Amino acid sequence: MLEIEDLTHVYGPGTPNEHHAIDGLKLSVAAGELLCIVGPSGCGKSTLLRSIAGLIKPTGGEIRVGGELVRQTPDNLAVVFQDYSRSLFPWMSVADNVALPLRRRGMDKQRRREAAQEALESVGLAEAGRKYPFQLSGGMQQRVAIARALAYRPSLMLMDEPFGSVDAQTREDLEDLVLKVRGHHQMTIVLITHDIDESVYVGDRVVVLSKAPAHVVGDLRVDLPAPRDQITTREHPDFVRLRGEVGRLVRGVDAPAPTA
Amino acid sequence: MIGTLVRRLWLIPVVLVGWELLARSVANPFLPPPTLIASWMGERWFSGPLLLTDEAVDNFVPSIVRVIGSWAAAVLVGVTLGVAIGRIGRLADYVDPLVEFGRAVPPPAMLPVFLVLFAMGTQVQVATIVFGIIWPILLNSIDGARNVDRMQMETATVFGVPAHLRLFRIILPAASPKIFAGLRLSVSLALILMVISELKGSTDGIGYLLSVASNNADMPGIWAGVVVLGVLGFVLNSLFLMIERRMLGWHRGARRTA
Repeated sequence: MLEIEDLTHVYGPGTPNEHHAIDGLKLSVAAGELLCIVGPSGCGKSTLLRSIAGLIKPTGGEIRVGGELVRQTPDNLAVVFQDYSRSLFPWMSVADNVALPLRRRGMDKQRRREAAQEALESVGLAEAGRKYPFQLSGGMQQRVAIARALAYRPSLMLMDEPFGSVDAQTREDLEDLVLKVRGHHQMTIVLITHDIDESVYVGDRVVVLSKAPAHVVGDLRVDLPAPRDQITTREHPDFVRLRGEVGRLVRGVDAPAPTA
Repeated sequence: MIGTLVRRLWLIPVVLVGWELLARSVANPFLPPPTLIASWMGERWFSGPLLLTDEAVDNFVPSIVRVIGSWAAAVLVGVTLGVAIGRIGRLADYVDPLVEFGRAVPPPAMLPVFLVLFAMGTQVQVATIVFGIIWPILLNSIDGARNVDRMQMETATVFGVPAHLRLFRIILPAASPKIFAGLRLSVSLALILMVISELKGSTDGIGYLLSVASNNADMPGIWAGVVVLGVLGFVLNSLFLMIERRMLGWHRGARRTA
């Protein structure tokens, strides 16, 4: 589904502020996979996501989505940004926000409205369509952003620290929402986070990035029993072991390994 | 409802009564009492077959058409140009000094130019008003269009929003709080320029009536013109605020919760 080959990105090459964000990153994501990417803050996670989404042109390497080389935003790709308050349009009702991208899908007005309502129902906001984003709580606004991405029916959904701006309880609800919707929609999800527990809890696979310039330092399969549960999954010995491994990789230091 | 109206408006009759008493006590022809002004207005302007007399229709209508027509033209040109300039790369950086200069010219200063350039008549008023009020509209439209949140534009890109929708559903609404700030200034400025340009370069209009009354030392006539202009300004401004409230409801809501 997603192939990244030798991706390199340098901001302001040749200037005094030259910054190597990504260096020779290789990654392959299979169709239907839910991949979490973790890494220390400022490691180039967002640069990676923006490159995949075609929002910036990387200085080197290749990205393919569904076999097609990314030059501009692929039309089967949706993004859920961290900052929902800036990525939802405050002058549109919730339903209009969800329905706007569907014009590209060639749906008529009636179909767009139905699809938006359906997507809102799937994130538990069936009644919110006529409201404006500012009338909803932060967690609900992020649900709207997720509904917008779902209604678009992408084959690849990118999520950039999607739960970074909400409280802990809401965060858990939204994590479970992602796990639920991926079961109903056939899509590949790449979720970027700096939260180690979250990456293990949500992901089928966790890829750890190094400090900038970012490259892959760890690639772990998560084989936790489904369905995942906020209490029991987090108590599972494999969860505890994995979060330790990921944590050590993120720190990038030789933290003491558990004595077996 | 009635309570708040009373609370907000009680001072007006008090001032009018005070003025009346003062004017009667000093009995100076330069300070006519409100009752005299009102009866003058009633006789000259509001005693026609359908309320308005010919004099009122022949002068009020051209003024109102000029001020609204010129304002609409300036808005159309100013917003279109402003959004275009604001969205085209660094163009705004080059255009900005020019616009700032245009704005710094006191608008009435252009009146003599337009009087020479055009024959006396509506074209002078239109030119003076449009040239005077287009700057704040242009400047705010450039600013608003240039500073659309990058994330909003990226969201539009990611979801493949087509170009015309991007303009009408995203750039214009995002810029609208700024644009409306410019429009608000332009409404009152348009009325000022209408009066000034009619005082000098016109053979009809409310400003023209004022200048005639002034030449004849017709004090009630001058005050009557002032009253009509005040009412016109109040009505135009209220209409504008009503539209603004409708269009920017989301903005006030979003700011309250932010």
